[in-house]
Amino acid sequence: MDIPYTVEVRRDTGLTNGKIGIWLFLASEVMLFGALFASYILIRTGAPSWPRGDTMLNVPLATVNTIVLISSSVTMVMAWASLMRGRFETFRLYMGGTILFGLAFLVIKYFEYSAHFHEGAFPSTNNFLAIYYTLTGLHGLHVLGGMAVNAYFWGPGAKLWKTNPVWFTNRVEHAGLFWHFVDLVWIFLFPTLYLL
Amino acid sequence: MSDPGAIAAHPSHVAHEVHHEELGFWRKYVFSTDHKVIGIQYAVTGLLFLLFGFSLMMLMRWQLAYPGVPLPLLGQLLGDARMPGGTMLPEFYNELGAMHGTIMVFLGVVPLAVGGFGNFVLPLQIGAPDMAFPKINMVSYWCLFLGGITMLGSFVIPAGGAAQSGWTSYVPLSDIAGSGQTWWLIGMIFLITSSLLGALNFITTTIQLRAKGLTFMRFPFFCWAQFVTAFLLLLAFPPLEAAGVMQLMDRVAGTSFFLPSGLVVSGQALTNAGGGNPLLWQHLFWFLAHPEVYVLILPGMGIVAEIIANNTRKPLWGYRSMVYSLIFLGFMSFIVWAHHMFMTGMGTTMAAFFQTTTMIISIPSVVILTALIMSLWGGSIRFNTPMLFAVAFLPMFGIGGLTGLPLGLNIADIPLHDTYYVIAHFHYVVAPGTIFALMAGIYYWYPKATGRMMNETLGKIHFAGSLVCMNVVFMPMFIIGLAGVSRRLFDAGTAYNFAQPTMHWNAVSSWGAWTLALFQLPFIFNFFWSIWKGEKVGENPWDATTIEWSAPSPPPHGNFLGTPEAYRGPYEYSVPGAARDFVPQYEA
Repeated sequence: MDIPYTVEVRRDTGLTNGKIGIWLFLASEVMLFGALFASYILIRTGAPSWPRGDTMLNVPLATVNTIVLISSSVTMVMAWASLMRGRFETFRLYMGGTILFGLAFLVIKYFEYSAHFHEGAFPSTNNFLAIYYTLTGLHGLHVLGGMAVNAYFWGPGAKLWKTNPVWFTNRVEHAGLFWHFVDLVWIFLFPTLYLL
Repeated sequence: MSDPGAIAAHPSHVAHEVHHEELGFWRKYVFSTDHKVIGIQYAVTGLLFLLFGFSLMMLMRWQLAYPGVPLPLLGQLLGDARMPGGTMLPEFYNELGAMHGTIMVFLGVVPLAVGGFGNFVLPLQIGAPDMAFPKINMVSYWCLFLGGITMLGSFVIPAGGAAQSGWTSYVPLSDIAGSGQTWWLIGMIFLITSSLLGALNFITTTIQLRAKGLTFMRFPFFCWAQFVTAFLLLLAFPPLEAAGVMQLMDRVAGTSFFLPSGLVVSGQALTNAGGGNPLLWQHLFWFLAHPEVYVLILPGMGIVAEIIANNTRKPLWGYRSMVYSLIFLGFMSFIVWAHHMFMTGMGTTMAAFFQTTTMIISIPSVVILTALIMSLWGGSIRFNTPMLFAVAFLPMFGIGGLTGLPLGLNIADIPLHDTYYVIAHFHYVVAPGTIFALMAGIYYWYPKATGRMMNETLGKIHFAGSLVCMNVVFMPMFIIGLAGVSRRLFDAGTAYNFAQPTMHWNAVSSWGAWTLALFQLPFIFNFFWSIWKGEKVGENPWDATTIEWSAPSPPPHGNFLGTPEAYRGPYEYSVPGAARDFVPQYEA
């Protein structure tokens, strides 16, 4: 038995199942990070004093990370666009780039974290650091999750290309939507935590 | 492509044939991706947890009826850490209370109402071969299973036992509670993940896999109820997940999200950094938990609507108003949460806003209930077991709903808050309300799932006993609550003078609960006996109109023999001039 509209779109909605599924998932993610941002606002406005982000955190490293993550979004789009043009080898190249950019982001994040730990700045130190570690930690887990999905499509999942290229392209597009969302969260996190 | 030989040799055609190969035991019954098997897994899990959660409550009821009196036999078995000499320790009472609430809501009613009925009935009712994402569906069930195991496991961990801070897990109490609370949080993260995956699956399935001709306004009301419920789960649960992560950080990483500065516990100043906000937890918790109330009730309303239309043999009265009310209710449920927090010292402007929205949200609920009552008017009613439960739902839910109005008003909530009145109010909504609707649904769709009817006589005994006992359990709580007795006292208020005049009602309520348990025995027996011995029936034993009744009973993998199509609205009963008193949606 086959589930309809996994590959072809349904006429009256103009969408595949996967497209709706990923957007719904992103909606729930918006609520998750939205709740954390709201908590940040509530805790900050209730605090007698609050440190400026750049006095506690490493802005240059975070700027590099922002560039890394935006680049990864570009390569992600290129990976999908390559599939749309039927160029599988270019897809592999761009997807590999996306994964490496993701890895670079996490490595830089690791250096940031270990420098903080070295200075004795832990989540328990104060609520600024608490929300910083919680938000960036959760975001880091999303990066890791996105990388796992991307690695799957780069590696074992890619054999779907041979049997059902349209489906494979759709799945890469959905992975891309998630990846852009993770990127977007960082675009909000960076000024909120590091600059304000 | 124009070459017919090329099409015949297409590999996907061959793969299609191979797919019908018989699956092994594990893939067919345990790690199944078939929505019907998953639905039954959910339902059975939900029923078992309902029984378990009810058992926790029956233990508590002993302590409330006879505070400090040793419980014979069972009390000895539970050990010295919980009930030394058979007398319940306050800590154990708190464990029972917290876990009763958590299990009943997140592992009992929701898995049965949404996971069970949603999974089994929804795809059949919209004429779909399965859910849109069968594998995600399976993962969703197993997340629930892991969450359940985590919750159960927390009772037997060496240090401390299960969570003790109430199902609401209010901070700062829960932040500094024993290790059971950490297990509770981890369990909740599994349960939330399960709900999220289920919700996006339901919404996608409903939008994409509808049969040809089944427009949204031709949906059976049950589909609408599940559809709106799925949106509530999808959007309301993540904030609790965020709150859970923050509480976990507080407990594990030593952060102070919910711990204010200068907190003193048992004479000792806490060494945390402080600066946190305990009310933040309440906001995030109730942002989920108020929509959750509608997650508990909407599927029940959906089930009741199906059964009432079927057994009055006439269309639902005001179907469109019901649907619009349902959608409005879904939206409104996101902006009423702080009516649970009138006692936190919020300003009058905030309180006025939330009590206004609360009064507004009662309107669509009343519209739906009124439409269901009006649907009875002039019908030639068949009083079979599902219908008895469905009809009893109406006044029981009515009592629960109407007694909620004083709680939604700031000024009346102040004396009633956290008393037994609150317990009575929401149990009328969920226990003789939702659980009756779920029972009705089990009796109603059982023949579709098994091909056999449940026994009517046993069903009627189950119904009559449950109806009487439910009222004996909960009606006294209104009296106790109006006397001002707090819901959280482990000795039912023995130490307080004002609690004395109503003390004796606790025993009445407890005996009601234990008798209620006895009246579930006919149901449990019936449930298993009918699998093998129930009367065999065809595909449409109730002469119903909706699409699920066109599938064989039980439906095979893939559900329908042909491709179902909808030709008309869902409730064409007693159409003038028709040959029979029902015209199925699926017949041209």
